[in-house]
Amino acid sequence: MQRAFKASFAGLMTVTLLSVSALAGPIAPDKVKITDGELKTSLTGKPGSDVKGAEWFKNRKLGNCLACHVNSKMTDEQFHGEIGPPLDGVADRYSEAQLRAIVVNAKAALSDKTLMPGFYVSHYTDPLKKFAGKPILTAEQVEDVVAYLKTLKE
Amino acid sequence: MATKILKSKRFGYAVVGLACAAACATAAFAGPNDNKLTIDGQEYVTELPAPEGSPFDTIYSGWRFRNEATQAMEMDDFDNPGFTNVESGEALWSKVDGEAGKSCASCHNDAAESMKGVRAQMPKWNEKAGKPVTLEQTINGCRENNLKAKPWKWESNEMLSMTAFIGSKSRGMPVKVQTDGPMKSWWEKGKKLYYTRVGQLDMSCAGCHEDNYGKMIRADHLSQGQINGFPTYRSKWQKLGSIHRRFKGCMKNIRAQPYEVGGEEFVALELYVASRGQGLSVESPSVRN
Repeated sequence: MQRAFKASFAGLMTVTLLSVSALAGPIAPDKVKITDGELKTSLTGKPGSDVKGAEWFKNRKLGNCLACHVNSKMTDEQFHGEIGPPLDGVADRYSEAQLRAIVVNAKAALSDKTLMPGFYVSHYTDPLKKFAGKPILTAEQVEDVVAYLKTLKE
Repeated sequence: MATKILKSKRFGYAVVGLACAAACATAAFAGPNDNKLTIDGQEYVTELPAPEGSPFDTIYSGWRFRNEATQAMEMDDFDNPGFTNVESGEALWSKVDGEAGKSCASCHNDAAESMKGVRAQMPKWNEKAGKPVTLEQTINGCRENNLKAKPWKWESNEMLSMTAFIGSKSRGMPVKVQTDGPMKSWWEKGKKLYYTRVGQLDMSCAGCHEDNYGKMIRADHLSQGQINGFPTYRSKWQKLGSIHRRFKGCMKNIRAQPYEVGGEEFVALELYVASRGQGLSVESPSVRN
């Protein structure tokens, strides 16, 4: 009797959790649609944190944005890369929807020729096994980075 | 920024310094430097008009993209850490090994004569194998078939010593790999790999070493990815390493599953990359960071 109750309770909980995640979960990488270089809605349905975004931005295993871009506001970090354009004033040049699209999939948002990786893409050719099927950043981290990029005004 | 400089002289210097670090980086570091590589009075070719079919106008040895301290290490064999391996390789050359009771010297005598130019032509077509072989594979083929000795592991100290020793006998000679005849399809395969984007970062060799050489990728100065100096002593490795080890490292950096060391993909890629450096002087063992 007690066991049956436990089992049905667990079943109920599973159903509840599933329905909650189906409603509130972030958009999966392969469901993201970039239109005219824009992605208007937040991947999580919520705004990100610019403070956390700054951390993901400089973290070499996450955004690692300084590998390729100069950001004059991060003067505590040495050696800014020169591959991509400097990000100083990037929020003056691009809207939030454009910034989100570029971070998510620069090849879809800007040009297939860009060297910039897509940070919320799940399909790659021959990835290292531990990264297979996974985007570089989570949906939350993308929103945090977008929130941080929005602060880069001149 | 200007008003802040006026307010505090000390802070001003800092601001100028940082602004320069960002803005002057392009001016100070763009492209290779103009230094000349001379070892034992011999001048090495580190720059020349690109060979036919190259995407570049001019090709440069990776030496030209390193800082002067690293460059200086390669200019003096006493300072070049790779020469410890050259000496070990010289000892191994005449050391009897294997069931046949022979050493390399039993057949090849003086390496200064017999191994001259060998490195410059690698990978080379091997009629018996029906495919191109690298220097490592040639050495192991000789060990197994002629010395009746166990093959060395690709990245072992013995193998690195032997490739450094044999490579040193081609120093200053121009890279000259065969790309036609039976090598053509391998060259094409290597070229395809060079331009194929792979890994979680979705990058190809060309994305960095063709489109962006001369620029800084964080603290690294991107070269054209020439392989005329291998095996190379890297300060990052604190030892010599092979071409395939370097390829593997690059692939892991872009979070791609590396091809097999000694496998057909890397041999084809080695051939193609070597051909992009036709005419550059062999620098084995070179020094990089």
